[in-house]
Amino acid sequence: MDNGVVLTMRHIDKNFPGVVALSNVDFTLRAGEVHALMGENGAGKSTLIKVLTGVEEFESGEIRIEGREGAIINRSPQEAQANGISTVYQEVNLCPNLSVAENLFIGREPKKAGLIDWKTMNKKSKEILDNLDIHIDVTRTLDNYSIAIQQMIAIARAVDMSAKVLILDEPTSSLDDGEVEKLFVLMRKLKDQGVGIIFVTHFLEQVYEICDRITVLRNGTLVGEYEVENLPRVQLVAKMMGKDFDDLAAIKKEGVSTVKKDQVVIDAKGLSHTGTIKPFDIEIHRGEVIGLTGLLGSGRSELARAIYGADKADKGELKVNGKKLLVGAPIDAMMAGMGYLPENRKEEGIIADLSVRENIIIALQAKRGMFKLLSRKEQEEFTDKYIDMLQIKTADRETPIKQLSGGNQQKVILGRWLLTNPDFLILDEPTRGIDIGTKTEIQKLVLKFAAEGMAVMFISSEIEEMIRTCSRMAVLRDGMKVGELEENELNQVNIMQAIAGGDKG
Amino acid sequence: MNKLKKITSYRLFLPLVCLAFVLLLNVIKTPSFFQISVNNGVLYGYVIDVINRASELVILAVGMTLVVAASGGTDISVGAVSALSGAVCCCVLSGGEQSTNEYHAPYILGVLVAVLVGLVCGAWNGFLVAKMRIQPMVATLILFTAGRGIAQLITDGQMIYVRVEHFKQLGAFIKGIPLPTPVFVAVIVVILTTLLLKKTALGLYIETVGINAKAARLVGLNSVMIQFLTYAFCGLCSGIAGLIITSRVYSIDANNAGLNMELDAILAVALGGNSLGGGKFSLLGSVIGAYTIQALTTTLYAMSVPADQIPVYKAIVVVIIVSLQSPELMRMWKNFKNRIGAGKKVA
Amino acid sequence: MKDKLKKIEGNQFLLMITILLFVVMYVIGLVVFKDKNFGRLQVFLNLFISNAGLIVIAVSMTMVLLTGGIDISVGSVVAMTCMLLAWMMENKGMGAIPSLIIVLLIGVVFGLVQGFLISYLKIQPFIVTLAGMFFARGMTSVISTEMISIKNEMFLAWAQAKIYLPFGGYVNKKGVMVYPYVYPSVIMALAVLIIVFIVLKYTKFGRSVYAVGGNEQSALLMGLNVKRTKLKVYIIDGFLAAFGGFLFCLNTCSGFVEQAKGFEMEAIAGAVIGGTLLTGGVGNVVGSLFGVLIKGTIETFINFQGTLSSWWTKITIAALLAFFIILQSVLASVKEKRK
Repeated sequence: MDNGVVLTMRHIDKNFPGVVALSNVDFTLRAGEVHALMGENGAGKSTLIKVLTGVEEFESGEIRIEGREGAIINRSPQEAQANGISTVYQEVNLCPNLSVAENLFIGREPKKAGLIDWKTMNKKSKEILDNLDIHIDVTRTLDNYSIAIQQMIAIARAVDMSAKVLILDEPTSSLDDGEVEKLFVLMRKLKDQGVGIIFVTHFLEQVYEICDRITVLRNGTLVGEYEVENLPRVQLVAKMMGKDFDDLAAIKKEGVSTVKKDQVVIDAKGLSHTGTIKPFDIEIHRGEVIGLTGLLGSGRSELARAIYGADKADKGELKVNGKKLLVGAPIDAMMAGMGYLPENRKEEGIIADLSVRENIIIALQAKRGMFKLLSRKEQEEFTDKYIDMLQIKTADRETPIKQLSGGNQQKVILGRWLLTNPDFLILDEPTRGIDIGTKTEIQKLVLKFAAEGMAVMFISSEIEEMIRTCSRMAVLRDGMKVGELEENELNQVNIMQAIAGGDKG
Repeated sequence: MNKLKKITSYRLFLPLVCLAFVLLLNVIKTPSFFQISVNNGVLYGYVIDVINRASELVILAVGMTLVVAASGGTDISVGAVSALSGAVCCCVLSGGEQSTNEYHAPYILGVLVAVLVGLVCGAWNGFLVAKMRIQPMVATLILFTAGRGIAQLITDGQMIYVRVEHFKQLGAFIKGIPLPTPVFVAVIVVILTTLLLKKTALGLYIETVGINAKAARLVGLNSVMIQFLTYAFCGLCSGIAGLIITSRVYSIDANNAGLNMELDAILAVALGGNSLGGGKFSLLGSVIGAYTIQALTTTLYAMSVPADQIPVYKAIVVVIIVSLQSPELMRMWKNFKNRIGAGKKVA
Repeated sequence: MKDKLKKIEGNQFLLMITILLFVVMYVIGLVVFKDKNFGRLQVFLNLFISNAGLIVIAVSMTMVLLTGGIDISVGSVVAMTCMLLAWMMENKGMGAIPSLIIVLLIGVVFGLVQGFLISYLKIQPFIVTLAGMFFARGMTSVISTEMISIKNEMFLAWAQAKIYLPFGGYVNKKGVMVYPYVYPSVIMALAVLIIVFIVLKYTKFGRSVYAVGGNEQSALLMGLNVKRTKLKVYIIDGFLAAFGGFLFCLNTCSGFVEQAKGFEMEAIAGAVIGGTLLTGGVGNVVGSLFGVLIKGTIETFINFQGTLSSWWTKITIAALLAFFIILQSVLASVKEKRK
């Protein structure tokens, strides 16, 4: 391989049952560069990483790495590591109870007379870390150090195990600005040593600060590889979202909005949750569909969670229908008339082994309290009503929800919240992983609820969907609410510029 | 074929098959197993004996089922708590004397105190598990050992006898009723619990928390409170069981009352087709499981296996059942079958 | 100094509390039982003599707890071992050495089965070892429901060989210098302690044990064989349970069904009081030694006091266990909040 290329992936195909995850994707990494891998949800970047590191198999294509003859196939992360490809994840995969030195050397400890030679191990560890300008006590256990330091130790371990290719998978998601800066210092250092770094992140600022090249994926296909200086921010966002910037027609929202500006449902002031969302103000009115937009990880879900109490807000004040509300747990928010359809349906939404009926009535039942059990007849009536209204495809109302398709599960959860007759309903990615037909249905329903006077908070990665449904949008970037777009400003150009922030490209 | 699958996937299939198997074994070994005779106006027979002796276990299994469902863990202190409740009851009634021929306190007070002791022990366990987030079995291990110790302290290390006819009624017969009293107590506990679960939303809440605690919180349930309640309830059941145990022998032996009951109760839950990982549960299954175990115990006695050795068989049954529930074993079996299948294809 | 204090981490903090607790208790003993010769070295050595078996069991329990598991079958295994030894030597006329080898082998097999169910079938350790507990106790009574006393000469010679210390003696009433002594069981228990300490601290296997307990997923990603590590731990645990049973038997020289009841609890308490976290990954066998010594001191108190019921030992231990478990939980949540 020439021109300092350390890694090439060519024509990679990968299918999951029913889904094409990667189709004919190419990727090239050169020594001593930081290469951003960008894409929204379902773009295929994590699948590409998994294929590269041997977590997943791929159907066709080839991977070549410098120093190895012919194409290689990694069958496990260990094999990938042996081939010089190491990964550091957002959740640090080290052992918090072991010392820093051990975490660097576990599995390959230096030995003397058959026993682990702690002295050498500590000395070597110190050298490795000093070399990377990380000056810490290597004999202390890992959990004494911040996530940032832990991540750097994970990186040091990876590099020391002779990594030519270092994959950093959203390493900065839980770091503050100072920590990110330190991490970047380390990355530049490694870059100078000739390591090729694949950097997966959602933070545009960071991409423009540290990266040399960007590869954009969308829907499992390659959009292109670009030099950072030749790709303005707005262009990048457009490529990620699948719009050719120059062709962007200013699609305006149709229909008349039903917002009643004088009736404030939610009024949040300075609400925040440390580490996920910085203090924000937001005011939401009856009959309004407010969209939260921003890239994944921008804090759009976190804002909603702070209002609902899914992550208890640690600062700020919340008024619901004019009354001050202290949300200690979600039930408080529910009693005040809120509902929340979570982003992660499987882990936080469905109660897998319970029937469709039980999944629909559970929230209303929780609101009524333990002793006011809905009669079986009421339960069945409610269930049938929503199965009918939302056209949920299920064999029976007693079918366990886990046997339904993703879209139908989502409708069940939607039904669950509609049944509680909320004043304010949060829908976090309600249409993700759902077929087009159902998607449109859900969008129509959202508009209908708003027309009936409900306030809806709508979060989605798809801009058209947002433009179609929202009457106003709040824009988030890097864990902060950075602005709002009124109804007449809602078009793709404006939204993308707001999301991209920084230079107007 | 489809019909067969439908039958085998029925929730109570496993417990019923086990029960049938044990009964069948008995019919072959002891043809007189199903004979019931009337003596002095009360019924006698193996079957009556099984139903009678299983009562405490049924009550404990009811409590254990809820604990398992809500927390995916087990309460191993039930036997010790039963002993403690019984000890307190006897002490109250005997006024601290070692043997008494008359009540030193109203009977109802003894009962209430015993139940209260059970409830308090359960609440302690619940506090540790739900609030302090300590693994259920470790948390309940504390009372598993200390329970009997405290009982010994209360009884001063002595057996305490309450030789009052009225006291024996709970564990034996009430005049004019042909069935032993414990049977009724067990049935009442099962019915009341069923009503509690079905007529309030508690049953649904417990399952929801057991299946997906995160989602449960987001739909407004207080999972800490619900887990706490199941442990407190389990303690209450232990208290009631303790009363029956004491009444049977109108005395308390803190060392041996309710001994090994925790394993039986866990076994009953597992035999009832309930996953020890928590979530959906069937109370009826556990009840059938409890009767099955008593039938097994009685059978082993009938085959003149000494009491001390019975745990060996039960331990083996537990291991077999939990192994069968293990998804890992399923996977291993599938892999094995695939390999055989692949081998055949090659051949 | 301040720096040094800062360096004491939460986990060492637990160990420090334990050692401090032991010292304080012993000093209290010295003051309260001054006229009963509590201060003699022999009293201290007796802590080891009467708890030699428990030390071994607690050490092995520590290892199991480090992986995030638990083993409550140990007490029953000890009883089964004692009974088997007594039965083989007395009823079958076998020699002490072959009997010992057989019980150790049985321990290994016992550990192998439990380890397989736990690590490969992923059944909760508590359930598996609960079944193991009842199985072993039941098997004890299958061997014999009667108590068997051991009269085998070689065995008794092992049990009664006094090893005198060359110092710390006192002059008794007859004017003879009496030196303090220990039995071989103490030496063997301490040897086990040292070996396990070295294995845990200085071998790849030992560090894997900690890694698995710290974060199983990470351990797997760092290339460690999690399942095999766990299996090995339970095999060693089975072996040490049998070996601890042997030492216990040297102390009692008999086998009976009710023997060593509640031993699992004492071993767990010893480990937990000694700073081992029930969640796995943190702990040290030296701490467990102190945990056992604290239990021994409580027993000595009750002996010296003379009127208290022996049940107080169990209740105090359970109370200490509860205290330390809650302390662990509080420390963990404080740490969580700080992040």
